[in-house]
Amino acid sequence: MRGRVVRAPVRFLLAIAILASLAIWHLPVSAQAQAWSCDVPAPATPAASPTPAATPQPVEFPDEGGKLTVFAAASLTDAFTKIANDLKAADPNLDITFNFAGSQALVTQIAEGGAQADVLALASPAQMKSAVEDGIPVEGSATFVTNRLTVVVPADNPAGIASVADLAKDGVRLVLANPDVPAGNYARQSLCKTAAAGGPSVEDYAANIVSEEDNVRSVLTKVELGEADAGIVYVTDAMTSGDKVQSIEIPADQNVVASYPIATIGDNPLAAAFVGYVFSPEGQATLASFGFDPVSAI
Amino acid sequence: MLFLAIPLLALSWRAIAHLDNLQKAGRATVVDALVLSATTSLTSLVVIIGLGTPLAFGIARRSFRGKAVLETLIDLPMVMPPAVAGLALLMAFGRRGVLGGWLDDAGVRIGFTTTAVIFAQIFVSSPFYVRSARAAFSRVDRTVEDAAADLGAAPSRVWWTVTVPLAAPGLMAGAVLAWARAVGEFGATIMFAGNLPRETQTLPLAIYGRYEAGDLETALAMALILLVSSFLVLVSVRGLGGRLRLSAAD
Repeated sequence: MRGRVVRAPVRFLLAIAILASLAIWHLPVSAQAQAWSCDVPAPATPAASPTPAATPQPVEFPDEGGKLTVFAAASLTDAFTKIANDLKAADPNLDITFNFAGSQALVTQIAEGGAQADVLALASPAQMKSAVEDGIPVEGSATFVTNRLTVVVPADNPAGIASVADLAKDGVRLVLANPDVPAGNYARQSLCKTAAAGGPSVEDYAANIVSEEDNVRSVLTKVELGEADAGIVYVTDAMTSGDKVQSIEIPADQNVVASYPIATIGDNPLAAAFVGYVFSPEGQATLASFGFDPVSAI
Repeated sequence: MLFLAIPLLALSWRAIAHLDNLQKAGRATVVDALVLSATTSLTSLVVIIGLGTPLAFGIARRSFRGKAVLETLIDLPMVMPPAVAGLALLMAFGRRGVLGGWLDDAGVRIGFTTTAVIFAQIFVSSPFYVRSARAAFSRVDRTVEDAAADLGAAPSRVWWTVTVPLAAPGLMAGAVLAWARAVGEFGATIMFAGNLPRETQTLPLAIYGRYEAGDLETALAMALILLVSSFLVLVSVRGLGGRLRLSAAD
């Protein structure tokens, strides 16, 4: 009696499981990433230099130091860490905490999660605009560096990529940041330009995307590990990887200028001092050493 | 108690309130993630039950050297942080991994495919089933099995008509818990399988992605789905637990 009572649900579960397994084999084998539209006006090409906003005046750090929280785009990880180390070497009482993530994630953490940040440095003006629209009280947003994109492949270049058009070759495993991440947005704009110049269409590139990461450094990691055949990241990211990746240049007329805005939130005096240092000759030189394009004279 | 209840109530309330606002694009994301989560978790469950049942039975009935080590090994993925599991899977099956490199040469691709999602789910949730199954099998009264054998039943008949039905409540409870863990898997999936809609973007990955992008409506809708299914899991496990007590009392 007990066996009969129990067997029915077991058979039912098994049936569902088998049906599900059958269903999975009927899923489209090549689940394609969404091809994106190229209607949005492209930002300025690298040839045109971005007009720098009024550069903040350098401010002295108070002797007693203090705590500072900086939320910065993932691509700024190494440069800002070096800047913090330089500042702390000069003023050991300084305690600077970083949160590096995709710009879209930083905005959400502050807007939705109520995270506290004194300085916000993002990889696109669009994300800074999004922060303002979400009600984050940013002040004094100004562009402090610009960046460009490059294609990266693992050191041994398993797919034999020699140009941007090769990314559309059959079977290439392409990894991009997802469209909400500035780097992902810029990458798609750049591919739009390459497609417009003749050659593979946007759909061909989209067909090769195997993963959409939530920050640009994850894209870099997948390429370094050899899991991806190619990725599109900032030139600064490629520099930090050194020998682990090869860079394939994107021609200037197909590349995208990424403008990085920085702003303060709240009235922590260290925030203004940090931003001032970023615009100073020393700060700009540090950023330039990591491959960024400075906005003020070094 | 309030600490547990308030987040759940807040989630349900806001999710239901936002449900009308779900845009068409959001609906597509939800459906894609739901279908993928359902099919991968059920496939994982089939594999876990298929391979885990004989394993659990063997551990329950036999004692051998190294049994303690094997049991610890089986329990390990349950305790291991998901990020560590993801890294481990990558080192084993990644393109340059221990086994993965050899598979890659043979043209078999695991990384970034739905198969990788299933691997990750199996890895983290199989302990839940195996532990429960092992306990269920060791609780089965051997004298009933012996009686059936004495009456002339072949071992396989004893297995299907006596052992399994007696162990069934424990087996099903373990299966349900393993399924719930598989559906919720995030860390190992995002590291090993990647994140691509309709291929590897399960519900937890989609929730995280939509939240980060500021698309709260879609994230809440998917969270509501998982919340309801978690509730159903609990109800069914408790129901099975009741049956377990009944069968043991006999």
